[in-house]
Amino acid sequence: MKPVNAVITKVVEETPTVRTFFFDTSFNPEPGQFVMAWIRGVDEIPMALSYNNAITVQKVGTATSALFKLGEGDSIGIRGPFGNGFQLKGDHILLIAGGVGAAPLSPLAEKASSEGLKVTTLLGAKTKEELVFRERFEAAGSVMVATDDGSEGIHGYVTQLIPEQENYDRIYCCGPEIMMKKVLDKVDPGKAQFSLHRYIKCGIGICGACCVDGLRVCKDGPVFGGEVLKNSEFGVYRRNECGERVRV
Amino acid sequence: MLSLTLTGLKLKNPLLLAAGVMGTTGGSLKRIADNGAAAVITKSLGIEPKTGHANPSMIEVDCGYLNAMGLPNPSYKNFQQEIDIAQDSGVPVIASIFGGCALDFSQIAGTLDADAFELNVSCPHAHGYGADIGTDPNLVEDITVAVKTATDAPVWVKLTPNVTDIKSIGLAAQRGGADAVVAINTVRGMAIDIESGYPLLGNRFGGLSGRAIKPAAIKCVYDLYDALDIPVIGVGGISDWKDAVEFIMAGALAVEIGSAVGNNINIFNDISKGMETFLAKKEWTFNEIYGMAHKI
Repeated sequence: MKPVNAVITKVVEETPTVRTFFFDTSFNPEPGQFVMAWIRGVDEIPMALSYNNAITVQKVGTATSALFKLGEGDSIGIRGPFGNGFQLKGDHILLIAGGVGAAPLSPLAEKASSEGLKVTTLLGAKTKEELVFRERFEAAGSVMVATDDGSEGIHGYVTQLIPEQENYDRIYCCGPEIMMKKVLDKVDPGKAQFSLHRYIKCGIGICGACCVDGLRVCKDGPVFGGEVLKNSEFGVYRRNECGERVRV
Repeated sequence: MLSLTLTGLKLKNPLLLAAGVMGTTGGSLKRIADNGAAAVITKSLGIEPKTGHANPSMIEVDCGYLNAMGLPNPSYKNFQQEIDIAQDSGVPVIASIFGGCALDFSQIAGTLDADAFELNVSCPHAHGYGADIGTDPNLVEDITVAVKTATDAPVWVKLTPNVTDIKSIGLAAQRGGADAVVAINTVRGMAIDIESGYPLLGNRFGGLSGRAIKPAAIKCVYDLYDALDIPVIGVGGISDWKDAVEFIMAGALAVEIGSAVGNNINIFNDISKGMETFLAKKEWTFNEIYGMAHKI
């Protein structure tokens, strides 16, 4: 598919570094699916859909900085939605979100809640101001917070909030890879799904640039079950734009 | 039923993974081998790590795919471990290599341990590399000679269709001692976003692959089969077993599959089964259909 022209209808500042860009086009994704967002003349980057018609972006590099300069009425090109989504199962689910990893989990929380599931969210960020979508998670269920600087919730990492007794049917996790690896090491991998981030080029399962071992993050993922990630490259190293191994 | 020997390599079927597809990690190459490919070809490897062109670097268009990856690769110096992982699958692993001069090619081929080398003298969108070299018969011959001198492994030369006469480049590779030629690389192409006027690829233009280029590829294979004494490996737009049979009838001893892997990771098993069923039904052997279009 060629990119569709998506006109920005609204920009919401979620935190000092995170904004949500709403478009005039709905993509009707499964929670967890992503799009390739083309900031014309700059770059095309993978972004999780945080609503049917929106992406939530942290300003981290050239492409996201260029996107942050755009406002209502401007447009970008969008291909997608691509990849799989989270598979909802069970009656009581645990969501573990770190930073902007809350973006694909928030529509999952809303879907689960609307289907009558009990939703508990562990939400982590560097500071109180950087907590993303707290209200959406609170509307869907209960929320526990951790911040790196202790400005809200417990002083520490979101992984410290994971209860020793596992009373959850499924666990869904998205955040920095080191945090997700800690979650993978702590929970029953058979119950957990993780949304991965890798350098993505084609987005359609051909080029292989985003592979974790033999798994294509863009096509087989971005959501993977914990079992397939155990003893894989995940949490150990990723590949840069050249394909070189880089320690996580 | 489909097994063959190609430039000394024993293959269980004539279906190979094309360069630039699922070829960046040993794990991805191994996955394709485990899913039925008789051999796999790595992402093209150069002297130094290269980031490639800005995205978008690959997009689906009406009739196929346009790409301008820009030869991203970690350099051959960082790739032996990936080849070793891929070789655990038990199938031959062919290193696709590129360079700006004969010395680059021979340095890589003389160092890497691979079952064969495919010389990429045909990438249509990397300035100073690929087709900038592969459109000049003298350069192709010189580079082939240099690589043949540097390694005892079989050497295949992948040709660009973006020339007036592909046979003259194929003959140059043969004079240089190539063990096979591979035809074709992508066809130069471009698409423009009419909402903005921007070219759709970060590099502005790139190469067309997929269904659209199959008839062009079949004609190149047909002509090369006539002109050369060495085997021709066909590639370009194969997405089912009928396409593969067509290439073999045109004169390809084996075929490579690339873009179609995106929508069907199991395509090698599917095509292999489809070909076997077809040959059994027709009561033909692989050797009978090889070059069949030339013999009737």
